[in-house]
Amino acid sequence: MKADVVVVGAGPAGLAAAIAAKENGADSVVVIDREERPGGILRQCIHNGFGLHVFGEELTGPEYAARFIDKANALGVRFLTETMVLNISPDRVVTAVGPETGLIAIEAGAMVLAMGCRERSAGALMIPGSRPSGVLTAGTAQRFVNIEGYMPGREAVILGSGDIGLIMARRMTLEGAHVKMVLELMPYSGGLKRNIVQCLDDFNIPLKLSHTVTRLHGRKRLTGVTVAAVDESGVPIKETEEYVPCDTLLLSVGLIPENELSREAGVEIDPTTNGPVVDSHLQTSAPGIFACGNVVQVHDLVDFVTEEATRAGRAAAQFLREKSACGGWKTAAGRGVRYVVPQTLCDDGEDKTLFFRVSGVYRDCATVARCGDKVVARKKRPICAPGEMERLTIKGADICGDITVTVEGV
Amino acid sequence: MEKRKLTCVVCPLGCAITAEVKGDRILNISGATCKRGEAYAKTELTDPRRMLTTTMRVKGAGLVPVKSSAALPKALLMPSMEVINAASAQAPVRPGDVLIADILGTGVDIVATDRA
Repeated sequence: MKADVVVVGAGPAGLAAAIAAKENGADSVVVIDREERPGGILRQCIHNGFGLHVFGEELTGPEYAARFIDKANALGVRFLTETMVLNISPDRVVTAVGPETGLIAIEAGAMVLAMGCRERSAGALMIPGSRPSGVLTAGTAQRFVNIEGYMPGREAVILGSGDIGLIMARRMTLEGAHVKMVLELMPYSGGLKRNIVQCLDDFNIPLKLSHTVTRLHGRKRLTGVTVAAVDESGVPIKETEEYVPCDTLLLSVGLIPENELSREAGVEIDPTTNGPVVDSHLQTSAPGIFACGNVVQVHDLVDFVTEEATRAGRAAAQFLREKSACGGWKTAAGRGVRYVVPQTLCDDGEDKTLFFRVSGVYRDCATVARCGDKVVARKKRPICAPGEMERLTIKGADICGDITVTVEGV
Repeated sequence: MEKRKLTCVVCPLGCAITAEVKGDRILNISGATCKRGEAYAKTELTDPRRMLTTTMRVKGAGLVPVKSSAALPKALLMPSMEVINAASAQAPVRPGDVLIADILGTGVDIVATDRA
């Protein structure tokens, strides 16, 4: 089988990329997803707050997904669901298996990687103690509650204050569970401020910053956790240890872009973002393979995923007509900045938006992009924190070489 | 006069709003970057409301996600959950279908957000 553009993943990134590829002239567009229905993780995100930037209204996850699924269907995008991509070769042959097709190889004119990310799991944390049931990631719990209709437990502690953890604190509370506390290792929350207000404060759930779980208790089922404050370097302080009885521990401790397939395709991975190195057209180091959404960098808002994926889909369609790679200039994270995406900029005269995260909480600062000694973009920020993605736009004409982004005092 | 600090929950920006209140009178609202934020601060100080999203049983077809058609008084969130969890819908359900009309006499409907 052959297709102009093959998209891996039917979440928000894959859907927007497929639509953009179609709208920009790709004839046959195939989207492959392992789930029964397209929509990706939006299907289980039944809360509202999606779409304010893209649609100017607040939608729930399923509603946001439906807008794109309907549009993709109307444009003639082909979905292969319950289909697992097994391998992508560097010359864009996709091997997949599913009930509709059996084992197939699809030769793709261009590809878009949109596999999203995975949650960091209990195994990665190595919490001392026993290994009882009742310890699960917040996203798994979200699927159980919102799609399967099972409550994972009655007395819960949540470790990590990422948005999924906050959303699940509220969700579990609404369904009658007692969420005793949310613990955050860092001195600041990784989640959006609005979620702290409407998911924790509204229900009087305490958020304990600079705290972690130091031990799991229970033989078959979790019976409790030991909680402790941590010092400035994140080491638990023994004297502050406290036993908290609970039957459930939800983990919201980070997301990891899912790039096994990208690696097999020979795509270069950025060790900081754990996502592919991309240029300003979202092309990876493998020609004709583009990437977008949380597989590239973990985004805060789905709206920004849609924007990025739309650019990737458009670029994939353009690649079919004109197979150009752009070396161009490099971007770098300077003082106070953890990473910058895209990692390279095409020399095409277009304006460029850089996306980055800061490495700590900074007040009354400015984010600055420099080309050599020349300031090419600068934005005053009353406050910026690692939990909220920053962006700077540089005029195409101002780019004269490699760009470094820093956080500076004002 | 008393200063009350609020975090706007209208959109993910989460503006830090400061309201100056005297008794039950609002004297000044600052920090909101849009009109909806100002409106949020006013209702938050007088009649706090929240959107409710949850799931509802569908006979023979699992669950369907639902939302309130408008924000509900905060104090009625848990009572509304009890009503929704005691009810079940008939398949097929389409997005936008009203599954419970005028929940607890609020004038707010419970609406399906997906199909089932």
